[in-house]
Amino acid sequence: MRVIAWLVEGTWPACVDAVRAHAPDDAEVVLLHVSGPDVPAVAHGAFAGLLGRDHPRGHRPAEGWGRDPGDRLEALGGTSAAALLDAAAERLGRPCAREERSGRVEREVVAAAEGAGLLVLARDGDRSRLGPKSLGPAVRFAVDHAPCPVLLVWPEPAPDLTTMPPPPPHRP
Amino acid sequence: MAVPAAGIAVATGAISLDHARAEAERLGPVVGFLAAVLVLAHFCDVEGLFQACGAWTARWAAGRPVPLLTAVFALASAITAVLSLDATIVLLTPVVFATAARTGVRPKPHVYACTHLSNTASLLLPVSNLTNLLAFSASGLSFTRFAALMALPWLAAIGAEYLVFRWFFARDLAAAAPADRGTGEAPRLPLFAVATVGCTLAGFVVASAFGVEPAWVAAAGALALAGRAVVRRKASPLTVVRAAAPAFLAFVLALGVVVRAVVDNGLSDVLGHVVPAGTGLPALLGIAALAALLANLINNLPAVLVLLPLVAPTGPGAVLAVLLGVNIGPNLTYAGSLATLLWRRIVHQHEHDVDLGEFTRLGLLAVPSSLAVAVVALWGSLRIL
Repeated sequence: MRVIAWLVEGTWPACVDAVRAHAPDDAEVVLLHVSGPDVPAVAHGAFAGLLGRDHPRGHRPAEGWGRDPGDRLEALGGTSAAALLDAAAERLGRPCAREERSGRVEREVVAAAEGAGLLVLARDGDRSRLGPKSLGPAVRFAVDHAPCPVLLVWPEPAPDLTTMPPPPPHRP
Repeated sequence: MAVPAAGIAVATGAISLDHARAEAERLGPVVGFLAAVLVLAHFCDVEGLFQACGAWTARWAAGRPVPLLTAVFALASAITAVLSLDATIVLLTPVVFATAARTGVRPKPHVYACTHLSNTASLLLPVSNLTNLLAFSASGLSFTRFAALMALPWLAAIGAEYLVFRWFFARDLAAAAPADRGTGEAPRLPLFAVATVGCTLAGFVVASAFGVEPAWVAAAGALALAGRAVVRRKASPLTVVRAAAPAFLAFVLALGVVVRAVVDNGLSDVLGHVVPAGTGLPALLGIAALAALLANLINNLPAVLVLLPLVAPTGPGAVLAVLLGVNIGPNLTYAGSLATLLWRRIVHQHEHDVDLGEFTRLGLLAVPSSLAVAVVALWGSLRIL
């Protein structure tokens, strides 16, 4: 059985701990990180907004005012994803594979989960109360579309039951 | 692109040679000032100022996302105000991304903060933005008076952005993993760079009191930093020239000529009917909104070149209202304007995939709120000072 743990900055330790607690000893564990295009794209856009600084296509200098900070962010993103997977593998403390993907995050996660026995992921929404808003759009998409069983964990201790909204009024 | 266009404008008689020369002479000192600021920022980077700033914020925030956002706001606002928006976008953004990633914090709010503040925080000083330099020479204000009038709008706009960011990115800012990877040792303070920038700022104030062009002060600061780098063999004279971005300087001159040609051929008559008259609060709001709209259509450099001749006779208040619009407005559109966006779509097609919905939602919240409070603050400053 293959267990995929989708790790995101800020919430990944809970996923690793869930794998340690719930994955069978003989399971093949894959630590997955997906880099979205949106953060480098914000920097690309800001640079494009600086009228007259851009260089013609295919002529991007690595130094000076003509360099696009988005390119640098893409390179740095790869380094930081690798560092995150290293830290996660160390915390996991058992043999595992590492997978780095880039693209539309929620779709890459679903694609990576194909044929898996379990997908482990962490809530990424408003975690101050129990309820549907504790899932952000990416996790919501992955939960809705996952082609395999899903283990959904709280990144920190779950809020208590009093945070649940009252039941709707009884209809006669 | 703009240089041949300027050549065509002159050759076809769309602008007379005299007008083109007058425009170039008017923009010459502005371009020189810009070159000095670019050299200053470049050699601050060479001296390690931006790396040191990243290390300081990492140590101070210690992996907590909200303090990191606060630190990034303070840092990006200061860097933009003093070393120009180019420095924040090209030099600071990668450092902030690396700092967030290294300390286990989601980079998105912090990178967005850099791009938004490169616009919003570029209100304070004439050197903060090329649009300011252009308006500064047209407004007749002294360096100190410009900064004094813009201080309150600058703080108000940054404050509004901060509140919007705290609310908009609340989910990302709540996610924190313990950073075991350490925040590194204490960074070395690039004393010479900090001292040079400090002396340059003080020099602006002194020069302004004695009626000396502040561009000379900027040039002196740039020469001090660049000269030191050349003497220490960290740079050659060629790298100093490159740091001044000569292609960009030529672009600014050419753009000025092209815009002058368009304005001469009827645009000023059309816009002259739309620009509100007076310097009351409603007029200032109208001018700022029109400037923001125009900046989002055709980018803020052409927008400020078009609007300045129309509002300059009304007085400094109207000129500064234009600046609020053209500096804060670009946060509404990805890539700063619809024109740039279309151009990128044509040239690159879909090379970079950005979530335009999220970008635009943030802009729709941040731009009207920060622009409105900034205009009210400017109106107040004009009455008090």
